[in-house]
Amino acid sequence: MNEQAKAVLSLYPALILIFPLLGFLLNGLAGKKIASEKISGIIGSGVIGISFLLSAFILSELLARPPEERSFTVTLFNWIAAGGLSVDAAYHIDQLSVLMMLIVTGVGFLIHVYSIGYMRGDPAFWRFFSYLNLFIFMMLNLVMADNFLLMFLGWEWVGLCSYLLIGFWHARKFDTGGYAPGAATTSDAAKKAFVVNRIGDAGFLIAMFMIFAATGTLNFETLFTQAPARFALNEPLIVGITLLLFLGATGKSAQIPLYIWLPDAMAGPTPVSALIHAATMVTAGVYMVARCSVLFVLAPATMETVAIVGIATAFFAATMGLVQTDIKKILAYSTISQLGYMFAGLGVGAFTAGLFHVTTHAFFKALLFLGAGAVIHALHDEQDVTKMGGLKKFMPGTYRTQFIAALAIAGVPPLSGFFSKDEILWKAFSGGSAVIWVVGWLTAGLTAFYMFRMMTLVFEGEPRFAHDRHPHEAPATMLVPLVILAFLSVAGGFLGIPQALGGGNILELWLEPVFERSLGILGSATHGSLSTEYLLMALSVAVGLAGIFLARTLYLSRRELVERMAGRFAATHGLLFHKYYVDETFDAVIVNPLKAGSRGLLWKGIDARIIDGAVNGCARLLNSLSTSARKAQTGNVSNYGLAVLIGISLLLGFIIARWNG
Amino acid sequence: MTVESLLILLIFLPLTGALAVMAIGRSSVRAIKGAGIAVSLAAFAVSLALASGFNPDLEGFQMVSRYPWVDTLSISFHVGIDGMSLLLILLTTFMTPIALLASWNSIEKRVKEYVVMMLLLEAGILGVFAALDLFLFYIFWEAMLIPMYFIIGIWGGSNRVYAAVKFFLYTMSGSLLMLVAIIWLGYQGPLQVGQGFTTDLVKLYGVGPLLPAHLQLWMFLAFTLSFAIKVPLFPFHTWLPDAHVEAPTSGSVMLAAVLLKMGTYGFLRFCIPLFPSATLACIPWLSALAVIGIVYGALVSMVQTDIKKLVAYSSVSHLGFVVLGIFAMTEESVQGGILQMVNHGLSTGALFLLVGMLYDRRHTREISEFGGIAKVMPVIAAFFMIISLSSIGLPGLNGFVGEFLILIGAYSSPHLSGWFAVVSSTGVILAAVYLLWMYQRVFFGENLNPKNSALKDLSPREAAVLVPVVLFIVWIGVFPGTFLKLSGRSTQDLVNTFRRTSSGMTTQAVTPPAQVISHAP
Repeated sequence: MNEQAKAVLSLYPALILIFPLLGFLLNGLAGKKIASEKISGIIGSGVIGISFLLSAFILSELLARPPEERSFTVTLFNWIAAGGLSVDAAYHIDQLSVLMMLIVTGVGFLIHVYSIGYMRGDPAFWRFFSYLNLFIFMMLNLVMADNFLLMFLGWEWVGLCSYLLIGFWHARKFDTGGYAPGAATTSDAAKKAFVVNRIGDAGFLIAMFMIFAATGTLNFETLFTQAPARFALNEPLIVGITLLLFLGATGKSAQIPLYIWLPDAMAGPTPVSALIHAATMVTAGVYMVARCSVLFVLAPATMETVAIVGIATAFFAATMGLVQTDIKKILAYSTISQLGYMFAGLGVGAFTAGLFHVTTHAFFKALLFLGAGAVIHALHDEQDVTKMGGLKKFMPGTYRTQFIAALAIAGVPPLSGFFSKDEILWKAFSGGSAVIWVVGWLTAGLTAFYMFRMMTLVFEGEPRFAHDRHPHEAPATMLVPLVILAFLSVAGGFLGIPQALGGGNILELWLEPVFERSLGILGSATHGSLSTEYLLMALSVAVGLAGIFLARTLYLSRRELVERMAGRFAATHGLLFHKYYVDETFDAVIVNPLKAGSRGLLWKGIDARIIDGAVNGCARLLNSLSTSARKAQTGNVSNYGLAVLIGISLLLGFIIARWNG
Repeated sequence: MTVESLLILLIFLPLTGALAVMAIGRSSVRAIKGAGIAVSLAAFAVSLALASGFNPDLEGFQMVSRYPWVDTLSISFHVGIDGMSLLLILLTTFMTPIALLASWNSIEKRVKEYVVMMLLLEAGILGVFAALDLFLFYIFWEAMLIPMYFIIGIWGGSNRVYAAVKFFLYTMSGSLLMLVAIIWLGYQGPLQVGQGFTTDLVKLYGVGPLLPAHLQLWMFLAFTLSFAIKVPLFPFHTWLPDAHVEAPTSGSVMLAAVLLKMGTYGFLRFCIPLFPSATLACIPWLSALAVIGIVYGALVSMVQTDIKKLVAYSSVSHLGFVVLGIFAMTEESVQGGILQMVNHGLSTGALFLLVGMLYDRRHTREISEFGGIAKVMPVIAAFFMIISLSSIGLPGLNGFVGEFLILIGAYSSPHLSGWFAVVSSTGVILAAVYLLWMYQRVFFGENLNPKNSALKDLSPREAAVLVPVVLFIVWIGVFPGTFLKLSGRSTQDLVNTFRRTSSGMTTQAVTPPAQVISHAP
C-alpha cells in the first residue's frame, strides 16, 4: 500500500469516533430546541450508520493487505504525562478491534433505528439518543484504545452511560424481585449497577498500578512484547495482575460474584438492555481478557480461574433463568449465562471461540431483547410472561424472528449459536477439560429449556392478558431491525464453521495473528479425534432438542405438572427465584454493617464523641481557668476577632522588639 | 513595568481594591458588589499575565522580588513563584470572582464589609502562596484567618459563632507551634552552620537539611501539625464540617477551593525541603493518616443527611489523596497531588456552589427534603451530575488525572508499601457510593414534596458561575498537559533534592536548591 493510502486510512479511526461524539453533542445540547423526534432520531442513528460504514471500509482495506500487516496505530495527542508515565490518546486498529467496532456500530445502528419506534412520544426522546450516541463513542474508545488507561476511560464511561440509561425513567417504580422491598425506583437499579461495576473497576485500577510498577508502561504493544520475557510462568505478580484484571471483567461482564447488577439493569428501556446489557458493553470484559491474552496465558492459574468462574456462572445463571417470570429477567440471566460460556472459552485458551460467541450472541441476544421490547410494547408495558400467551397470531413477524433467535441460542444447527457454543465446548474438551464440557453441555440443555419456556408462554397457547389490551405488530422501524438481526443470527455461524464440518473457520483465520503470541506460549495440546468431535456435537444437539421438547410439552399441555413441581420443591424454587439470595447476603454482610458502622461508630462515635469531645473539653477547660475571659464573652464576634488581631500584633511586636533590642 | 512587579501587583491589587470598596457609600450595594467582582477579575487577569511570563522549564523561583523589611533580623519582603505556587495562585484568582458572583443575592446584610473581607481574604491567600520568607509567610497565614473568621461568624448560619470560634481555635493552636518553630529555625538553624538569624526561605533551604535529625523532627512536627489541621488531615478534621455547614456559600467555596490547599502547599514548600530526613522518617505515618482519611472521610460522608456536610466530609477524603500523593514522593504522585489540589478546588468548590443554589431555593440542605427535582430543574441536575462525576474521578474529567497519578505514584513509591495505594482505591469506589446515592435521593425518583414542585432552574447569573468551572473540569481531564507542564519542573527538583538530602548525604556541601534572582528596589 502506498504512503498516501496509509495516510488516508489513518484518518478513519478518528472519524469513526467523531461521528458518535457529534451526535451526542448535537442531541444533548440542542435536542430540546430541535424538538423533533424525526430529526433527533435521524441524527442519532445516522452518525452510528456512518461509523459503521467507515469501520466496514477499514475492514475492506485490511482484507486487501497480507495478514501480518493488518494493524496500525493512530496517535491523536499525548494525554497524561508525569514523571515516568506517559499515556497517549492513541488507537490501535487490528483484526480484533475491527471485529468489535463492526459489532458495536453495526448492532448499535440497528438498535438506534429500532429505538426511533420504541421511544416514540417520550418527552426526553432527544436525551435518550444523545446517551446512546455517547455510549457508542465510549464503547469504541474501549475497543480501539492502544493502552490500558484509554481503555479504562471507555470502560468507565460505558458504565456511566449504562447508569444514565438504566435510570432513564428514574421516577418509575422498580421491582427488585424480592430483596429490599419497598419504594425502589429504576434509579436504585442504576446506582447499584454503577457501584458494583466500580468494585470491579478498582481491580482494573490496581492491576494498572502493578503493571506500571513492574514494566513502566501501560501501552498494550510495548507491554505484550516484553511480557513473556518479564514475567515467569505463574509468577505471583502476573497471577495477581491477571486476577485483578479479571475482577474488572467480572464486574463489567456480570460474572460471579459481581453479576448481581445485571438482572436489575433490566429496569432500563428495552433497547438499552439490547444494546448495552446484552450485545456490547457486557462483552467488554471478554474483549479485555482477549486483548490481554498474552498476560493471561502467562498465568495458567488465572486461566483456570477464568474457565471455572465462567462455566460456573453459565450454569448457575441458567438455573436462575428457569424460574423467572419477567421476560427481560429471563433474557438477563441468559445473557449472564452466555457470557459465562465466553469466559469458559477464554479460560481454556479458545480465544477465537470466545469472540465468535461474542459475535453470534450479539446478533441473537439483541434480537431477543428487541423482540421482547416489541412484545412489551404491544401489551402496554406488560413484562410478566405468565400474563402473555398466544401472541403468535397477533405479531407473526416478531414471532418468527424470535423463534429463530431462540433456536440459535438453544444451539440448534445450522444457526449461529450452535457453531459458536460448540466451538467453545469442543475446545474445552479437546484441551483436556472434560468437566467444563459436561457442565457446559448440561447448561446447553437448561438454556434450550428456559428459552422455549419463554417462547411458549409468550407466543403459544391461549392469551392470558386482559381483554382491553389489543396487541399489534411492531411498526416498521422496529420490525426491520428484527428481520436483519434474524438473518444475522442464522448466517453469523458461517463465520466459524469448524473444519470438522468442512468449514473454513473464517474468524479463526482472521484473528490468528492477534493471538499468535499467546497461543505460542500456551502451546497446543489437543486430545480427541474427529469422531469424538462428531459424537459431542450430536450430544449437544440432542440435549438442546430435549430441552426444547420438554419445555414445549410442559408449558403447552402439562402446566399443572409445573405448578405441582414448583409446590413440591418450593425451597429450591425460592432459592432460584431469589438468585441464591446473593443480594440479601451482600446487603446483610457488607452494605448494612458498613452504613451502620459509618454512622454509629465513625461519625457519632469517633468524630462527635472522641475528637470533638476532646476539642470541646480543652475549650471548656481554658474557659473555666480564666474568669476574665467570661466577662469578655460579649457574644459579639467582632470583639473576638478584634481580640485575636490585637493578640497576634502584640505577639509579633514582642518578638520583633526583643530581637531588635 | 517588569515581570517581577506583576507578582507584587497581584498581591496588592485585592488589598487596594478592598480599600477602594470601603470608600463607596454603604447604600450603593450594586456598586459595591460590582467593584468587588471587577477587582477580583482584574486580579485574575494579572495572574494570567503572570502565567504567560512564567517559564516552566526553569529551575527555582521566578518573578522574585525582595525588599528589606526588618533589617536587623534580615527579614525581607521576599516573594516569588514556582510551578506549584503558580497553579494555586491561578486557582485562587479564578475562584474568587466566582465566589463573589455566586453570593450576589444571598448576602444581604453588611454587603460592604463582606466584599472587603472577601478581597482581604484573597490578598492573604495570594501572599501565602507567594511568600519566600518564613516571617512574611506567617503574617499572611495568620492574616488570612481573620477575614475567613468574620465571613463565617457574621454571614454564616444559625450556629455560626461556635463554628467560627472552633475554626479559629483549631487553626490558631496549630500555627502558634509553627511560629515557635519558625523563630527557632531562623535563630538556631543558621547558628548551627555558622550564620546569622534569617527567615529567608531560600537560604534556609540550604540550612534545614543540615540540621541533626532530632532537631529536624521537632520542627517538622511543629510545621506539620499546623498544616495538617489546615488540610485537614485525619484526626484534625472536625472543624471542617462545622465551618462548612455554617459558612455562607462563598465562604465554603473559598474554604474548600483554596484555603485547605494552604496546608498541602505548606508540606511541599516547607516541611519536605526544609526537613528531608524528618520527612523520610514520617512518610509512613503521614501516609497512613492520609489513607485513613480517604476511607474514613468517604464512609462518614456516605451517612450524612445534610448535603453540605456530605460534601465537607468528602473533602477530608479527597485531601487525603493529595497528602498521600505528596508524601509518596515520586514525580507522578507529587504531580498528581498538585493537580488534585486544583481539581478539588474546582469540583468541590462547584459542589458547594450547587448546594448553595439548592439552599437559596429551598432554605434547607437536608437530603430528605428533596427528591425527584431533576424534573423541575433539569439544567441544574445536569451540572450537578457533571461535577459529581468529576469529583468521583471519572476518566476524561479532571479528578481522575490527579487521583490516578497519585495512586500509581504511591503504588510504585520506594517509600511506601503498595498497600497504601490499594486501600486508597476503595476510596474510589466509596466516592461513587456517597455522591451518586446523594444525587439519586436529591434529583431522581418521584417529585413528591409540594415545596419542590415549582423550583426555578438555573439562572443566567448562576450559569455564568458554573460554566467556567465546567470548562476547566473538561480541559484538565482531556488535556492535563497544559497544567502538569507548569508544575513539572518544580516537582522534579523537589523530588530529586529530597532524594539527595534525605538519604544521609546531608553532611556534604548542599547547594540551595533554588536559583534566586534577587531583585532589589
